[in-house]
Amino acid sequence: MDRYLLILSTLCFLAAVARTTIAFRARTFARGRFNFFAIAAGFVFQSAFLSIRGHEVGRCPLTNLFEVFVFLAWSVALIYMLVGPAYRLSLMGAFTAPLVVLLQGFALLAPIDVRHPSRVPPNPWLEFHASMSLIAYGVFALACIAGVMYLVQERQLKTRQLHSIFYHLPPLTELFAAITRLLWWGFALYTLGLVSGFFVGQPLPRVQILCAFGVWILYAAILNGRHLRWFAPRRVAALCIGGFAAALTLLWGITFSAQLH
Amino acid sequence: MKVFCVGLSHHTANVETRERFGRSIETECRLRDNGCAEALVLDTCNRVEVYAAADRLIPTDEIVKCVARNFDHNISTDRATFYRYEDGDCAQHLFRVTSGLDSMVVGETEVLGQAKKAYEAARASGAAGPYLHRLFQRAFRVAKQVRSNTHITRGAVSVGSVAAELAGKIFGDLKKCSVLLLGAGEASERTARALVSRGVANLQVSNRSAERARELADLVRGSVVPFDRWFEHCQTVDILITSVSVEAPLLTCQNFQAVAARRASAPLFIIDIAVPRNVEPAVNELESVYLYDMDALQLVAQQALTMRRQQVGAAEEIISEHVAGFCAALARGVQPRGSVEHQASDEGVQHSSDAQFGESYRTATPTP
Repeated sequence: MDRYLLILSTLCFLAAVARTTIAFRARTFARGRFNFFAIAAGFVFQSAFLSIRGHEVGRCPLTNLFEVFVFLAWSVALIYMLVGPAYRLSLMGAFTAPLVVLLQGFALLAPIDVRHPSRVPPNPWLEFHASMSLIAYGVFALACIAGVMYLVQERQLKTRQLHSIFYHLPPLTELFAAITRLLWWGFALYTLGLVSGFFVGQPLPRVQILCAFGVWILYAAILNGRHLRWFAPRRVAALCIGGFAAALTLLWGITFSAQLH
Repeated sequence: MKVFCVGLSHHTANVETRERFGRSIETECRLRDNGCAEALVLDTCNRVEVYAAADRLIPTDEIVKCVARNFDHNISTDRATFYRYEDGDCAQHLFRVTSGLDSMVVGETEVLGQAKKAYEAARASGAAGPYLHRLFQRAFRVAKQVRSNTHITRGAVSVGSVAAELAGKIFGDLKKCSVLLLGAGEASERTARALVSRGVANLQVSNRSAERARELADLVRGSVVPFDRWFEHCQTVDILITSVSVEAPLLTCQNFQAVAARRASAPLFIIDIAVPRNVEPAVNELESVYLYDMDALQLVAQQALTMRRQQVGAAEEIISEHVAGFCAALARGVQPRGSVEHQASDEGVQHSSDAQFGESYRTATPTP
C-alpha cells in the first residue's frame, strides 16, 4: 500500500517533468500553476507514504537506504515549496521535479528497501540528527538547482543565445542571493544535525563521522570562499552542483556503512 | 448587412503612397454619404483602413476616394495597393491587426491602443453602430487572449529596449544600478533613456566635450564625470555604455584587469554601441563581465523577433476560433434597436473594459 503512494507521488512529479519537457521542445514554456500543483500533489503522497512507514516502524522512517532517499526527495519538495515562491524562483519547480523523480525512481527500482529483522527502538536524538541532516541535504539540493539555473542563464548571456527559458529565469543577482541564502540555511541545519549526532548515545562508525565532516568542511569552504569573495558567482554556482553531487555520494556511503553497522 | 474593410498598409504600399491617405474630420461623413451605414477609419503610421457596414456593395474606389487626403486625387494609380476583405475575412484581418500579427514588428501592442482610440472616436461621433461595435469588441478580446496565451509580445526588439531588458536580467531592480555613459551621442542618449524608463536613477556622463556631457546629464538627470577620469569610475558602476569615436579600443583585457580586481566579481554589463568598437571583444570572456556590441544587441532583437514569429501559429488558431464565432453571430443577425446588451451577453463579454465599451455604447448611441 505505502509503495503505491510513492508510485503515485513519483507519477505526479513525472507529470511536471513531462509538461516542462514538452513546453521546452515546443518553445512555449510559460510559468503556470500546473507544475506547482503537480509538485504539491506529489508532496502530499510523499508525506502520506512517510507517515504510514513511520507508524509501521514506530519512529522516523529512516531505517534503510530506501527510506533515506524518499525522505531526501521529500525534503527537496518541502524546501522548494517553502523557498520557491518567496525567492521568486517559481521556475525552480521545472528543475526540482526531475531531481525528485530521479531520487524516488531509484528508490523504487533498486533493491534497497531492506526491512530490519527486528523493530529498531526509537531514539529521539538519532532521529533528530538524521532528519535535520537530510533536510539540510534538501536545502543543498535546492542550492544545487539554483546553481544550475544560474549557470544556464550566465551561459546564455555570455554566448548571446537567449532561449525561451531565459525570459523565465530570475535575474542573475537575485538568483545568486538566493544561492547564498540557501547555502547558509543548509549549512546551519547541517551543523545542527552534525552536533546532535554526538548526543545519540551510541558509538558511530569512524568512516561515517569522517564523511559527515567532509561534507561540512566542503560547504564551509564554499561559504568562506564566497564571503571573502575569493570565488566569483559562477564558481560558487558550479561548486554548489559539485558539492551536492559529492555530498550525495557521501550520504550513500554514510547510510551504507550505517546499514552494515 | 455586409461588414467589410478596405485599406492599405506597409505590406502593400510605401510611405509615399501611405501618406496620401488618412482620416480627416469629413472622412466618416463622406463614407456615410457613399452608402456606409457604419464606418470607422483606423489611421496609423503603417496603415489606413476603413471598416464599414453597408447593406449594398460599395465599390472599393468609392471608399478609397473618401480616405484620400486630397479629395480630388486621382486614385487610379493607387488602386492596386488597396486590399478589401468582407465579413469573415474582414474579421480575421482586424483580429490579426489588433493582435499585432500584421504589424511591421510582429507582436507590437501600440496598434491595439490605436484601434481602441479609433473605435472610441467613431462611437463618440455616432459613426460606429452595432455591427462595428460587435466586431471591435471581439477584436479587443482576441488581442487580449493572444497576448495572454502566447508569447507574441515576448522579448525586446529594439536596441535600446534590448539593452534595458538585459540589464534587468542581470541586476533585477535597476533602481539601485549605477550607469556610466562614455560618449554622449544620440545612440547613447536613446539607450540611457530606455534604462531611465526602467528605473535607473544614478547616471554619470563622460564625454570629450564637457558641454555636451552636461547637456545629456541634464536631460537624463545625471552627473558629469571628467573624460580623463572615466576609467576610475569603471570600478564602481554596474552598467557601462560606450559610444566614443576612436580608432583603437578604450577598454582592453589588459587595462581592464586592474579594474576587475577591484570590482571583486561584481557583475558589469557593458553596452558598446560605438563603431569602431570601444571595447575589445575578449573582455566578454572575463569573469562577471557581459559585453554586448551593436551586432550582439541586434542578434538578441532578432532572436526575440524569431521567437515571436514562432508564436504566430498559436495566435492564428485563437483568431480562427473567434472568426468562426463572429461569423456565426453575424449570420444570426444583429438587432440595432437596443440590442447591444444582448450582443454583449451573447459573446460572453467578461473583460471590464469591454463591458465599459458596451455600457458607453448603450448610453451614447441614439436609438434609430
